[in-house]
Amino acid sequence: MSASTIVTLPLNQSLDLQVSDRLRKKASRHMKERVIEFLLFGAALISVFTTLAIVYVLVSESWVFFQHVPLKDFLFDTQWTPLFDDAHYGIMVLLSGTLTSSAVALMVALPLGTIIAVYLSEFAPFKVREISKPFLELLGGVPTIVYGYFALVFLTPLLQKIYPDLPGFNLLSAGLVMGVMIIPYVASLSEDAMRAVPMSLREGSYAMGATRLQTSLRVVVPAATSGIASAYILGISRAVGETMILAVAAGMQPNLTFNPADSGATITSYIVQVALGDLPHGSIGYQTIFAAGLTLMLMTLMFNLLGYWLRKRFREVY
Amino acid sequence: MSNATTINMDADPKLAIKAECRNFNFHYGDFQALKGINMPVYDKKITSLIGPSGCGKSTLLRSFNRMHDLYPGNRYGGEIVMHPDNTNLLAKEVDPIEVRMRISMVFQKPNPFPKSVFENVAYSLRVRGINNKSELEDRVQHSLKGAALWDEVKNRLNDLGANLSGGQQQRLCIARALASDPEIILFDEPTSALDPIATASIEELVVELCEKVTILIVTHNMQQAARISDFTAYMYLGELIEYGVTDQVFIKPKNKQTEDYITGRFG
Repeated sequence: MSASTIVTLPLNQSLDLQVSDRLRKKASRHMKERVIEFLLFGAALISVFTTLAIVYVLVSESWVFFQHVPLKDFLFDTQWTPLFDDAHYGIMVLLSGTLTSSAVALMVALPLGTIIAVYLSEFAPFKVREISKPFLELLGGVPTIVYGYFALVFLTPLLQKIYPDLPGFNLLSAGLVMGVMIIPYVASLSEDAMRAVPMSLREGSYAMGATRLQTSLRVVVPAATSGIASAYILGISRAVGETMILAVAAGMQPNLTFNPADSGATITSYIVQVALGDLPHGSIGYQTIFAAGLTLMLMTLMFNLLGYWLRKRFREVY
Repeated sequence: MSNATTINMDADPKLAIKAECRNFNFHYGDFQALKGINMPVYDKKITSLIGPSGCGKSTLLRSFNRMHDLYPGNRYGGEIVMHPDNTNLLAKEVDPIEVRMRISMVFQKPNPFPKSVFENVAYSLRVRGINNKSELEDRVQHSLKGAALWDEVKNRLNDLGANLSGGQQQRLCIARALASDPEIILFDEPTSALDPIATASIEELVVELCEKVTILIVTHNMQQAARISDFTAYMYLGELIEYGVTDQVFIKPKNKQTEDYITGRFG
């Protein structure tokens, strides 16, 4: 017994040393991992913090606004005249401009974007796709102010030749140009979604004697629904949030109308108008832009949630 | 090259020939994947194509319904003639869509469409312009019965096809292939993604099907070829090495290469 103890003791000691040595190394590595993890967490936190800060500013400033203006008036008043002596704060007026111009834009962007995506993904020869996709994406890179002027000085005069009664500032031409601007987003994302549909599904369809069009429309598009839905939601968000084209080409007359041939102000163009104007900070007139901004943000949030739900609902497991 | 094929049949089987490859060559770009294939496919029999990976068996199978036309850079020569009408399926003036209406296919991995069970089967009818509800219902039910799936899915026809089990999905794909009443069904390793029980049910089904339809099947599993097929073709490096009655090819292969492959002494 005692003999064996004497023999094993030094062995144990050296073993202990080895173990503690290994442990130390592990601890330093662990430390390094923690530092990296913290940095990554910090980076992620910036976006969360920014969002929270924006929400805080919007909500707290809107709170001040709603101290003076009842929510009922804000939602149901049919006039938006915050700068007049007889001030009215009916957001519906601005909302109608936003919805009308967005509807025009989406009527252009969603069908065209989808058709382009189907063509590029399912029909276009390799070379055509390689050449046309960069051009398409270039369309998305044109500054929106350029689109705005394009609408104002090119499209509106053109439309006036067909409809002489069309005002110089109108939601129609702004919306149409906005639609062109959104096409690349819808087309590019939808095409990605369609190309992600596995070849085995297409082969299955062709092997059943389907034509290319049948395969595209009955198999590929349904299989890519979730991606296409996300593309649409992004397009909608872009349309609702678009500012410059509308500020330049749609006029800034608050106008409760769903007729695209009228001029109108949207939530975004109103915010530009006030933010750049010389209204004193802290006045109710100035405060309106926060309430308008909050409305806009709630709308976009709603669309994002809808998009999230659609993605989950229609996610395809191939 | 074609002369190299060893024929392993005691006598002419006196069966009707459903389709026939005549000096069929195939190129993927510059690579020649199939070299001078001559092979009969007998009517309402099961013919299996076996051979190591890359031997060209799937390429040959996919030539029958012109799947290769979907990809640029594929070239082929020779003929695949379908009987009794003596049509060369590969001829320029033959529409591949018409070919695929007569020759259906089941793939390696079950690939149900993102549609309901019913619509998956109805698909091959709808693309032919059949939209009459009662006719669709009849034929879908008939096909699902033919694929031995009806009893399992009759109460869930509106479920997504993807929600079925792997074996059920593959039978759904077989039902889909059956719906259009094809003359030949091509099977490209239909059980390689399935467990042994699902495999057994698919094999049983394939054997039943050959009463009504001609079957050409690619398989990696030699036991499977031996179990279910009437004729076997052994391919290697793009050539048809030996062709004959399955029992003879497996028990008394005439070609040394076939023997090595079948007995596992290959390579």
